[in-house]
Amino acid sequence: MTLKQTPLNTAHRAMGAKMVDFGGWDMPLHYGSQLDEHHQVRRDAGMFDVSHMRTVDIRGEGVRDFLRYLLANNVDKLQSSGKALYSCLLRPDGGVIDDLIVYFMNEMWFRIVVNAGTADKDIAWMIEQATVRAPQLQITSRNELAMIAVQGPNAAAKLWLALPGSQKLAEGLKPFNAVEWDSMFIARTGYTGEDGFEIILPATAAPSVWQSLNDAGVKPIGLGARDTLRLEAGMNLYGHDMDETINPLEAGLAWTVDLVSERDFIGKAALVTNPRTRKLVGLVLQDRGVLRDHQVVHCSHGDGEITSGSFSPTLNQSIALARVPSAVQVGDTAQVAIRDKMLAAKVVKYPFVRNGKGLI
Amino acid sequence: MSNSNSLPGNLKYTASHEWVKKETDGTITIGITQHAQELLGDMVFVENPAVGRQLKAKEECAVAESVKAAADIYAPVTGVVVAVNPELDNAPEKINTEPYSAWMFKMKPDNAADVDALMDAAAYQSLVDNEAH
Repeated sequence: MTLKQTPLNTAHRAMGAKMVDFGGWDMPLHYGSQLDEHHQVRRDAGMFDVSHMRTVDIRGEGVRDFLRYLLANNVDKLQSSGKALYSCLLRPDGGVIDDLIVYFMNEMWFRIVVNAGTADKDIAWMIEQATVRAPQLQITSRNELAMIAVQGPNAAAKLWLALPGSQKLAEGLKPFNAVEWDSMFIARTGYTGEDGFEIILPATAAPSVWQSLNDAGVKPIGLGARDTLRLEAGMNLYGHDMDETINPLEAGLAWTVDLVSERDFIGKAALVTNPRTRKLVGLVLQDRGVLRDHQVVHCSHGDGEITSGSFSPTLNQSIALARVPSAVQVGDTAQVAIRDKMLAAKVVKYPFVRNGKGLI
Repeated sequence: MSNSNSLPGNLKYTASHEWVKKETDGTITIGITQHAQELLGDMVFVENPAVGRQLKAKEECAVAESVKAAADIYAPVTGVVVAVNPELDNAPEKINTEPYSAWMFKMKPDNAADVDALMDAAAYQSLVDNEAH
């Protein structure tokens, strides 16, 4: 099968990227050193090609009503134009179809950004729901759009340098807000736990913007560092920390589910009815070694499983997210089975790192 | 990236990407090749076998973990572990920067001829070249 390419494929290769098959996309894993790239984002500024992610525009009369029912978080929290909300898209049984960011633009237009690997099924699901409840809506997959994330403590200053005129417009942007700028859409969002922006732009404009950012000192960062950055930031990764068999309450995402308002939404009944037996916690390995996905976690209240495990370059020790029995508490010690050994790990609150600083 | 110039001619090699150096005292020193460290990426943890452990050729005996993945390291020949490199405990990244001096462990082979039977640099180079295709 031919791998799909983003508009920045040639640029990655020119910058010496090690390319890998990432869910059918030919993507940069790193440009030399994943660790250096990780630190670059925590200490300065880096850019990620996230053009494999999909932008979906939903337009028409009643779009807010539709999303109020479609999404587990409540779009009524979005009242000013450009405001963003993180939400899960749920099955009727509460399983997570995907996690996404939804932007309110106006009462005739909301924009949704979904994961690459789930985009087609998400859109099919949205269309299926809309056909029944809101056939007047237009759901458009914007495959022609690219996306570049610029992240790090110096992301803003370097973005102003790279894109003259952007400062005036984007400087006042609060976190989780976006603004349109000609053919670009600039959001103060990200997946690293640092300040920064995600820029949605026409594929044709992506190479020149990427080059301008590079000229302004924003270094390219591969998917390897993207994963360790998001893990340190305690952000879920779809397919690892949750999927269609896991509900958001057991994936550390209760804060994104609105069960307070009267509003009905897909999956609500299941979430209200089914008792929660597991929860997501942070782990810090006390012994030497590296926590990895799917390792078994032995706790005094039963066994759990690591959903995302890696080495934290900022903390210089191994960390993980793990799904464990609900009775497990922060401060508990757990044993993790790594090959033929049992290693001690401490149960902690996450995020592990925010704005360059370790929280553990 | 890797080319024949970077492969030391005085070493022996395995298909599982360990390099083996014959020492004058009859022991051998084992590490992982430039090609292997490139595939694995930034090293963050090394677990060596215990000194005194008897190993069979091709037995899993150590682990090199990068940020990305854990890789098993295999005994190149049958013998006993006589030393491990303590320097890697705190500086596993040396495997990335100096793969041919950042050794992992030393063995005393049961049979010195087993070492001579391992691949030479030219044979290992063609194996790496074939892997790339």
